[in-house]
Amino acid sequence: MSPVLFVILAAMLIVSALGVVLQRSPIRCALALVTTLFVLAVIFLFLDAQLVAALQVIVYAGAIMVLFLFVIMLLNLQQDVRAMAWLGARVVAVLMGSLFLLAAVRFFVYPLAPRLGPGMGGAPPEGFGSTEQLGQRLFTHYLFAFEITSVLLLVAIIGAVVLAKRKLA
Amino acid sequence: MWIETGIVAIKALVVILMVLNLAGILGWVERKGSALIQDRIGANRASVFGIAAAGLVNTMMADPLKFLTKEDIIPARADRLLHTVAPCVGLFAVTVAFAAVPFGDVLQVGGRTINLQAVPLNIGILFVLAMVSLSVYGVVLGGWASNDRFSLLGGIRGSAQVISYEIAMGLSLVAVVMTYSTLDLQEMARAQGQLIGGWLPAWGILYQPLAFLIFFCAGIAETKRVPFDLPEGESELVSGYFTEYSGVKYLMFFMTDFVEIIAISGLVTTMFFGAWQVPYLQRDGFHFPGGASMLLPQIIVAVMQVLSFMIKVFFFCWLQIMIRWTLPRLRYDQLMRFGWKGLLPVSLLNVLATAVVALAVQG
Repeated sequence: MSPVLFVILAAMLIVSALGVVLQRSPIRCALALVTTLFVLAVIFLFLDAQLVAALQVIVYAGAIMVLFLFVIMLLNLQQDVRAMAWLGARVVAVLMGSLFLLAAVRFFVYPLAPRLGPGMGGAPPEGFGSTEQLGQRLFTHYLFAFEITSVLLLVAIIGAVVLAKRKLA
Repeated sequence: MWIETGIVAIKALVVILMVLNLAGILGWVERKGSALIQDRIGANRASVFGIAAAGLVNTMMADPLKFLTKEDIIPARADRLLHTVAPCVGLFAVTVAFAAVPFGDVLQVGGRTINLQAVPLNIGILFVLAMVSLSVYGVVLGGWASNDRFSLLGGIRGSAQVISYEIAMGLSLVAVVMTYSTLDLQEMARAQGQLIGGWLPAWGILYQPLAFLIFFCAGIAETKRVPFDLPEGESELVSGYFTEYSGVKYLMFFMTDFVEIIAISGLVTTMFFGAWQVPYLQRDGFHFPGGASMLLPQIIVAVMQVLSFMIKVFFFCWLQIMIRWTLPRLRYDQLMRFGWKGLLPVSLLNVLATAVVALAVQG
């Protein structure tokens, strides 16, 4: 990935991410989030992670965010509705955000930093990021995590069904 | 380097021109076809020097000119930016989806072997699915940005419908991917060049008939046309999500519909009906089952394959238009029941059956 391309994409990513938190209209915030996810997918694409990029767009931008928009439109949230307007919530939000940033820097950026820089750690191995390799890793090395995640999803589905049933009764 | 870039640019241009022109022709097929079905004359108003050319002048010249010169109206309380962006998003997403669809095998020119596919992606089919799923933003945004209750209802219906049918569509594709063990559409196309028992072309429909039916139903639902045109529903919602659109933007929504039809036809052709394959035609000519063969120059083979792909795509476009003018609209609960309780369980069973067979074959 050429540095020029990276800087352009990163700038787009930051601008759209700022749009998520700085805009007033909930619909526009959600759309800024869609843009963020899409640009992130493009970055994945240039980093040889084609499958991750496609899943990012299909699952997040194409499905989850559409449901978000669906709910926002159904509730008909107006620009002046700001659920988090009170001071306490803002303080908590800033604290949690900083904590997350700290954790991200400590566990992702810091250990990787020596390997970044010119050349970005060299060319990836043959077949890196391909669907075949990802599938192999997922179903052998990460099988336990994979199965646990599926159980978690199943629990969530059953929970949703139970909640929906109770409302009807 | 420059030649490579040029070749990619030309391929992209060919694909875009093919898709957009076909969308225009489909406008004529739709209007003239519906007139024939309803026993009207139809699309006969405009003519040049008295030549109406069976409505071609009307639909290919007069209509676009009218749309291009009409006033662009944005409602006073609409979100001006999103109102303009919405039709562009939809049209862009579905047009880009064609980048991964192969329209021919290879073309050998001056010692080069050109793969007739705009962008060879190893995630091909997922890329198309991703782009088609993004096109729903055109509907949602158009419905919301117009600040009109009919538009909003259309947008909400559209997002619910597309999300529901996308699941069945994705699951039918899972079975197809299992059959070919690849996500690349060009590899799927090449796999269909084999013969079963030495004479029957191994087209995908023979392996995955159920997946074809599910995909085609879900695909028609994705195009949001009758019998699944609840988001538009002109007897209830005026014109649904594009009620407040006029001129070029209206034309873009119109085009999006047609390009979506072409996208669904392109995918159906590629996965189930042999893509660009002509039965018994290989890279050096025909090889018939009896042992007879007829050698042809490579350029003729390539042209025949591209033509074969286009004819098949056109056939499925025509079929979708005929379905649209034959069936009545579903009720909303019928639409949801068909998607969630009909297509989804059947597609899950299909995935299961495919997995069992694939395991048995591998032994």
